[in-house]
Amino acid sequence: MLILQHLLRMQLLLDNILTPVVLCFLLGMVAKWIKSDLALPEPIYQGLSIYLLLAIGLKGGSALSATPAMVFMKPAIATLVIGLVSPVIAYYFLRWIGKRSQIDAAAVAAHYGSVSVVTYLAAVEAVKRSGLASEEYLPALVALLEVPGIIVALLFVRTDGANSWSKALHEVITGKSIVLLLGGLFIGALCGSDKLVDVQPFFGAAFKGALCIFLLELGLVAGKRLKDAGKAGMRLLMCGILLPPLLGTLGVIAGLLSGMSPGGSAILGAMAGSASYIAAPAAVRIALPQANPAYYLTLALGITFPFNLALGIPLYLKTSQLFSLWLTKSA
Amino acid sequence: MAHKIRLKKVTIVGERVLYDDLIDLLKRHHVSGWTAKNVIGEGSRGVHASDWEGSNTQIYTLVTEQIADAIMDEIAALYFENWSVVVYSQDVEVLRGNKYQAQ
Repeated sequence: MLILQHLLRMQLLLDNILTPVVLCFLLGMVAKWIKSDLALPEPIYQGLSIYLLLAIGLKGGSALSATPAMVFMKPAIATLVIGLVSPVIAYYFLRWIGKRSQIDAAAVAAHYGSVSVVTYLAAVEAVKRSGLASEEYLPALVALLEVPGIIVALLFVRTDGANSWSKALHEVITGKSIVLLLGGLFIGALCGSDKLVDVQPFFGAAFKGALCIFLLELGLVAGKRLKDAGKAGMRLLMCGILLPPLLGTLGVIAGLLSGMSPGGSAILGAMAGSASYIAAPAAVRIALPQANPAYYLTLALGITFPFNLALGIPLYLKTSQLFSLWLTKSA
Repeated sequence: MAHKIRLKKVTIVGERVLYDDLIDLLKRHHVSGWTAKNVIGEGSRGVHASDWEGSNTQIYTLVTEQIADAIMDEIAALYFENWSVVVYSQDVEVLRGNKYQAQ
C-alpha cells in the first residue's frame, strides 16, 4: 500500500516534468552540456519575450475587466505584502546562511523579491493539468510583484549617490517586462474578451509553442550557469534550494488568506518562490555594480528556476491543497 | 592626392547595460559621431549581467588625440573598478579632417 502511494507520488512528479515545456528546457540544458552548437539567435529570443509578455498581459487584462474590484483587492494587497516581505527574508537568508556580503545579499534579494514570469506560466500549466481552477486575473498580480521587491532589496545598501538609484528605478519601472505586462493589461482591459478574439489566433494558439522555444533558450543559459553552480559552493546552493519552498509557502498562505482558490494560491506561491531574471539583473547591475553577478545569475537561473520547474511547483500545489483543506475544516 | 588628417579612433567594448551611459559620455565630449554594434566575447571578469540579456556593445568614434585622452580617462575613472569595460585608441587617417573637430 505504501509502495503504491509512493509510486503515485512519483507519478505526480513525473507528470509535472514530462511536459513539452519542461522537456524543452531540459533539451537546452543537455545541448549545452554536450557542447552542441545549438543557439537561439538573440533577436528571436527578444521577439519571443515580447510576444510572451504581451500575450500574458492581454489575457490578464481581459479577465481583469470582468473581475469586480472588491474580488481583486485582497489578492492584490497580499501580492504587495509578498513583494515587501520576501526580499527581506531573502536578504537575511543570504547574510546568515549564505554568508554573503551586504551588497551581494541585497543583489540576490532583489531577484527573489521580484518574480519569474516563466515560473508563473509553468505553475499555471501545472494547476490546469491537476484539474484545479485558478483566477484569470493572475497576470495582473505578476505585474504587481515585479517591481516592489527590487526596490526593497536595494534599500539594504546605501549607494554612493542618488544617480545610480534613479537610474536603477528608471530601469525597473520602464523596463520592457513592466511596459509590456502593464501595457498588455491596459489593452486587454480596454478591449475586453470580445475584441481580443481578433488577435487570439496569434496570441493564444501559438503561445505554448513559443514558450517551448523560449524555454529551450533558458535551458541553454541555465546549462551554462549550472557549471558555475558547482563553483558557488554548498552555502549558496542551499540558499537556492531552501529559499523557494520557504517563500513559496508564504505565498500560498497569503493567497489562501486573501480568499484565492487553492489553484490560484499555488500559482501565487510559485510566483513568490521564484527569482526574476529579466527585470532584476539589469536593475541590480546598474544599482549595485559591485555585487558579483555570478551569485545572482547562478542562483536565479541555474538553481532556483530548475528547482521550481521540477519540484517547487508540485510542492506549492500540494501545500495549497493541504492548507485549504485545513482552513475549511477549522473554519 | 588625398588630403589626409591624423586622428584617433577610440574603441569601447562594454556591457550592454552601459550603452546609454557611454553614449552620453561621448556626447559630453562633443564627438561628431559614433558607430556601435553588438559583439560577443570573453574577458578576465567572466560572468556579467549582460550574459543573460545578450551580447556586449562595441562603440567607436573618431576624435582628436586630446579628446581621445579625455574620454579614456573618464571611462577609466567611472567604470574600470566594477564593470567589464575595455577602451583603447588607434591612429587613423581620415579624409575631411575638419568634420571631426570638436564643435
